[in-house]
Amino acid sequence: MAPIRCEPLAEDALLLHVGEGIAPGTSDRVLAATAVLMRALPDVECVPAYASVLLRFDAGSWRTPGGPAPHQAVGEAAMAALASPDAASPSAREVTVPVCYGGDAGPDLAEVARLTGLGAEEVVARHAAGHYRVAMLGFAPGFPYLLGLDPVLAVPRRADPRTRVPAGSVAIGGAQTGIYPDALPGGWQLIGRTPLRLFDPAADEPAALRPGDRVRFASIDAARFDALWAEPGR
Amino acid sequence: MSVQALRSGLLTTLQDAGRPGHAALGIGRAGAADGPAWRLANALVGNTGGEAALEITLQGPTLCFERAARIALTGAPIDASVGERPLPPWTAVDLPAGSVLRLRGMRQGCRSYLAVRGGFAVPAVLGSRSVDLHARLGPLGGRALVAGDVLPLDETGGIEAIDQLRIRRWGVDPQPWFDFALGPLALLPGSHADRLDAASRERLHRQPFRLAASSNRTGARLEGEALALAAPLELVSEAVLPGTVQLPPSGQPIALLAEAPVTGGYPRIGQVAAVDLPTLAQRRPGDAVQFVSITLDEALERQNARERDLQRLVQRVLDRGESER
Repeated sequence: MAPIRCEPLAEDALLLHVGEGIAPGTSDRVLAATAVLMRALPDVECVPAYASVLLRFDAGSWRTPGGPAPHQAVGEAAMAALASPDAASPSAREVTVPVCYGGDAGPDLAEVARLTGLGAEEVVARHAAGHYRVAMLGFAPGFPYLLGLDPVLAVPRRADPRTRVPAGSVAIGGAQTGIYPDALPGGWQLIGRTPLRLFDPAADEPAALRPGDRVRFASIDAARFDALWAEPGR
Repeated sequence: MSVQALRSGLLTTLQDAGRPGHAALGIGRAGAADGPAWRLANALVGNTGGEAALEITLQGPTLCFERAARIALTGAPIDASVGERPLPPWTAVDLPAGSVLRLRGMRQGCRSYLAVRGGFAVPAVLGSRSVDLHARLGPLGGRALVAGDVLPLDETGGIEAIDQLRIRRWGVDPQPWFDFALGPLALLPGSHADRLDAASRERLHRQPFRLAASSNRTGARLEGEALALAAPLELVSEAVLPGTVQLPPSGQPIALLAEAPVTGGYPRIGQVAAVDLPTLAQRRPGDAVQFVSITLDEALERQNARERDLQRLVQRVLDRGESER
């Protein structure tokens, strides 16, 4: 494992390079580092991505007379925290996401079946059997990028992105799977839809999924989807 | 008591200091694109609580004030009037009840700020009254103002009833808070700047780019002779910030502004220094944008000095306004 490298991005931001590429092992290291840093540096905003962690801070409050520049001070504090053996463990939450696969809920399921050479049922079975982890959120509030997709299910994005993907759509884009929290434009292949509300700005926890959460999908039928979708407070 | 929008203007949004602290959930900060102008507008009307103001883009709205109100306009110099009376920018003005404030074009610049004493009484979302247009977050359902919208005013900001418009005799000198000279912008090195080919590296700091009409609160799109990488670069999504200059495959850079997304997958070829970010946000389509390199230490020093000056000025404006009550 290469040592973590620290790059100043801006006057108030540092990027910690933890590894390279999109891989569960790298992401696990990122998430572990993020958990340590969030505990050690409560006034620094820590934002995990696939292979790096952004640290954003108030440069003014990290300035000391005659001391190091703020980004240097934050970088040193971060490295010291990561070197300490008292590592905090990242989120161990496990969230089950109900998904209605195929049909109107997953208009690209047949295309994914064609691209993978599997039957639609096999695609659903493999997708629902996976153990996933939220590597990061981005693109839109509450949009989780999940790692752990069965490599057989990795399919390219649509050549012709949709201008509007329905809220709750469960989709595959390359080696990742994700869930559209809201009606959004998007180019991923839609294989199903969840009635779970992924983002609610008025809630104490606005995002249903956080970085590091472990996610399982549970297949539900259209009637169950409709019933859950209609629940008050959804 | 409230303000009603009779016309919306081109793109008018409520903005405050933004929504920090939620990037890990995919939520960007948004907030005023020209922070110093927003802060000074608030100071001129006596606001000290980071109140939301209207950020007005290129063409302003027409607003009807149901009650008497103290307002101030800062940022880009906007053509403003009540009835026949033109209003000076960077100055507090007291409007009688029933005033119709007409805001039109800007002689220069792209964004003006309208602050009202007491602020707008709209609910905060995740701690901020900033509208995030892409995420559809914030007051008004996270959208821009439309004709017919009614914005309630906070009653703590009420002023005594008056018959006539009153323009305060003093204001703030827009220099150096508005860049009339279209000077070069300081650029910090980006993570992938050294991956540009030699000609592009030079072009990034030499050529005057033009701000494209497709620019918005998310990014300033820069047009010029295309920049290219020396070799293709495989990147995964990583954090981006306001000021990050990204290079999409078109070779035309995008400098992210206040509504920057939290992550991006394009090469980062530069970072506009914080001290010059408000200036970039004031460039309008067709304006020149030229970069000059700066080191992180210099950028920090300039930003510090600017922040110190701004805090001092805000305090002076607040004290003087208070002493006249």
